Amino acid sequence: MIRFDYHRPEEIEAALQDAVGERTAYLAGGTNLVDLLKENVARPTRIVDINRLPLRGIAETEDGGLRLGALATNSETAYDERVQRRYPLLSSAILAGASPQLRNAATNGGNLNQRTRCYYFYDVATPCNKREPGQGCGAIGGVNRIHAILGASPSCIATHPSDMCVALAALKAEVRVMGPGGERVIPFADYHRLPGDEPERDSTLRPGELVTAIDLPPEDFSAHHTYLKLRDRLSYAFALVSVAAALRIDGGRIAEARIALGGVAHKPWRREDAEEVLRGSTADAAAFERAADLLLDGAQGQGQNDFKIPLARKAILRALAQAAAGTPQSQTDKRIA
Amino acid sequence: MSQAALSMIDDPGPSVAARPIASLPLMITVNGVERRLAVEPWVTLLDLLRDHLDLSGTKKGCDHGQCGACTVLVDGQRINSCLKLAVMLDGAEVTTIEGLGRADALHPLQAAFIEHDAFQCGYCTPGQICSAAGLLSEGHATTREEVREMMSGNICRCGAYTNIADAILDVLGGER
Repeated sequence: MIRFDYHRPEEIEAALQDAVGERTAYLAGGTNLVDLLKENVARPTRIVDINRLPLRGIAETEDGGLRLGALATNSETAYDERVQRRYPLLSSAILAGASPQLRNAATNGGNLNQRTRCYYFYDVATPCNKREPGQGCGAIGGVNRIHAILGASPSCIATHPSDMCVALAALKAEVRVMGPGGERVIPFADYHRLPGDEPERDSTLRPGELVTAIDLPPEDFSAHHTYLKLRDRLSYAFALVSVAAALRIDGGRIAEARIALGGVAHKPWRREDAEEVLRGSTADAAAFERAADLLLDGAQGQGQNDFKIPLARKAILRALAQAAAGTPQSQTDKRIA
Repeated sequence: MSQAALSMIDDPGPSVAARPIASLPLMITVNGVERRLAVEPWVTLLDLLRDHLDLSGTKKGCDHGQCGACTVLVDGQRINSCLKLAVMLDGAEVTTIEGLGRADALHPLQAAFIEHDAFQCGYCTPGQICSAAGLLSEGHATTREEVREMMSGNICRCGAYTNIADAILDVLGGER
């Protein structure tokens, strides 16, 4: 592990002032950053511990939504009574991820900013454009069973590892950030980015900016939602493919639809046209097939991960059927109904 | 651990090799005993417990948050001690396996693990028991399926899972 200076500010303004210089990292729960420090993947010379900042609350917003503090833990968020009742999709996605110990330490802001679990990114003995731009990508032509099938580039085929973010994408959350230039609000779809020729940039966060909160809009999908996660073991593993589906059904027709995929791209994968094709339609297999066609339009395997394309199709169809029926996937009983 | 030993493990980055070692004050309560220490910021809670405080009951398995052997309770919550820097916990209360029970007054989970033969080699057991203590206080598990799901962060390579679940269900059921 590299040596670094350690700062522990009490106020946001002081944190922003501490976070100067290129090799500075904000430290929250530590569940990803401390691991990256041990692997010498993250090599900051200055760490700003933000755990004393007043960002831990979960509160109502004026528009009837909910504001999740960046430092609220994943456990506090998933078990918050308001989140469970009004945003069960989010609660379910959080509980599908990691382990109880990790969720007790990991924060909401940290969940957004965690790095990929691509093996090449973690192994400093192998080339990785995300870790060291210009080195090349070890995963292309290498061991790529867990890698992206959508939105990848010749520079990077890594996936974003979060479950929580897949639900936040479907719910059209907003990310509130503070930085040297003041406060701004980033729509969730614009927060994470595709790798293109800058795979070292996971998000559109600017240098020195700090996530302060995640805002959930008031829209209610509690009657028709599911988070379906498929992985190599029944618990405590990253998604090969996951689907967050949320529907509003009026008089037998789909009034509103949201679908986001996890484990398949550099960011939670949404297609506006796949959601549009469902609006006004009856909730049946033919409509779900049309949405799956659009979501997987352009899907490209890398060899070992070709299986993800048919797996994602089946997962989308099953998730939409679960959401329409009002029978969300249990995160305890892993049988898929 | 001596300074020399620390330096061997924690290879400094070349660009900052000349940086002086800067210990920070840390006040931390471990198993009810308040400790005032000076700790380098890159020392994890796990290494602090094992190497600085001689509390070797907490085990280092993977050191990457993947196995759960290092699970301890911080302010009553179970976490992976390998993924916390000790300096982050100034003012915190930590409970390790050494603080859960004593040889002459076992914690109910310790007694249940013995009763149900819930281990073979025993290396994961302190983490399993601290994790189960967290599970009990969280209150989100009552059935066997829920116990298995909520203990999935603790790997047992001997495969004692069935008996571990039995032991925890025994305590959950109030039989101890």
